[in-house]
Amino acid sequence: MCPALAVTKTLEASFGMGVLFTLVLVCSNVLISALRKIIPEEVKTPAYIVVIATFVTLVKMFSEAFLPELYSTLGVFVSLLVVNCIVLGRAEAYASKNTVVDSLLDGIGNGIGYTIAICIIGLIREILGSGMLTFGATFTFIADLNGGEKIRLPILKVPGSDYDLSMQFFSSPAGGFLVLGITLAIIIAVTNYRQNKAKVDARIAAKKAKEAAK
Amino acid sequence: MNYLAAFVMAIISYALIDNVVLSRFYGICSFIGVGNKVKSSLCMGAAVSFVIVMAAAICYPLYNFLLVPAGVAYLDTIAAILVIACLVMVVGLVMKKFLPSLYQSLGIYLPLITTNCAVLGVVSENIASNLDFGMAMANAVGTSLGFTLVIFLYACIRVRLEASATPKAFKGIPIALVVASLMAMAFMGLQGIGV
Repeated sequence: MCPALAVTKTLEASFGMGVLFTLVLVCSNVLISALRKIIPEEVKTPAYIVVIATFVTLVKMFSEAFLPELYSTLGVFVSLLVVNCIVLGRAEAYASKNTVVDSLLDGIGNGIGYTIAICIIGLIREILGSGMLTFGATFTFIADLNGGEKIRLPILKVPGSDYDLSMQFFSSPAGGFLVLGITLAIIIAVTNYRQNKAKVDARIAAKKAKEAAK
Repeated sequence: MNYLAAFVMAIISYALIDNVVLSRFYGICSFIGVGNKVKSSLCMGAAVSFVIVMAAAICYPLYNFLLVPAGVAYLDTIAAILVIACLVMVVGLVMKKFLPSLYQSLGIYLPLITTNCAVLGVVSENIASNLDFGMAMANAVGTSLGFTLVIFLYACIRVRLEASATPKAFKGIPIALVVASLMAMAFMGLQGIGV
């Protein structure tokens, strides 16, 4: 959960984090499920942590070499993937009990889900916080393709005019907590609503069936 | 004397202005999970503080005098997580032997500290920003003070929170995050302290 707040200031950084997360999750899931019969029960968790730490180191070196801007934006949060609850949790709960292919698919599925989730948070925070969406700040190759210019989509703020509805608060840590809290509450509210609706629908259907039987 | 002043200011800065949970986002899982018991929040804070300070003290020489001269500086994450895991185990064993009563009350939190990102976060930060030993220790001490302060405050708030009528959708983690947001806003006011 920690990186979900720290790196979601912008959409691009969130997406980058999601991709690195997915890479680590898929690789560690595959290796752990391949080794699941060799790793003794007693040293399970330390062994998993070492496997994950190895892949985190590889991903760190990869991003430092090819995406230096992303690496400097994410900072120590790439290293902190080692202690990410989801990576370790999937290793314990899934990869240690299932085949390599299943674990690979599980890793991809969870990785994509996580990426979408933090991208939504990043999108909300970037639009509200800076008033526009910027592409090319973190992934510099986008700017290079565009002739060295960053692509900016003005939404709540148009540079050079008086129109500015952006609130810097949402770029700050406090704004991050607030956006995540409210997004979670909305998700819970929608889930509750659907469950209630399903219950009510089932009850109505049962009543109708009873009346029809009479 | 100058260095001492810088040391103290760094501790204050890491504890209050750049607070570990509220502005650097480490240890949020344990912050939300620690529950509403004021006493156990202090115990958790003490255990985490001890591991953070010890891990920072061990990892500094390990990185600077072993990994860097050996040309394997890229192994820092693996080395740090191993040190932390061993440290947590050793703390558990020593406590079980010499302080059984404290072990009884802290026991369940100990394994969780390995995966508390505050610990690895401090160590990684020390390495990434090339702090010297004194400043690295200031970071460790300040971070642990800040962590303990925040989870203690949150446990106190949580007692009140459970007695109040929270909207159904906000129960649990969402309201915890909103409370964290308000706390973060309050801590933002501390940025006015010039360091």
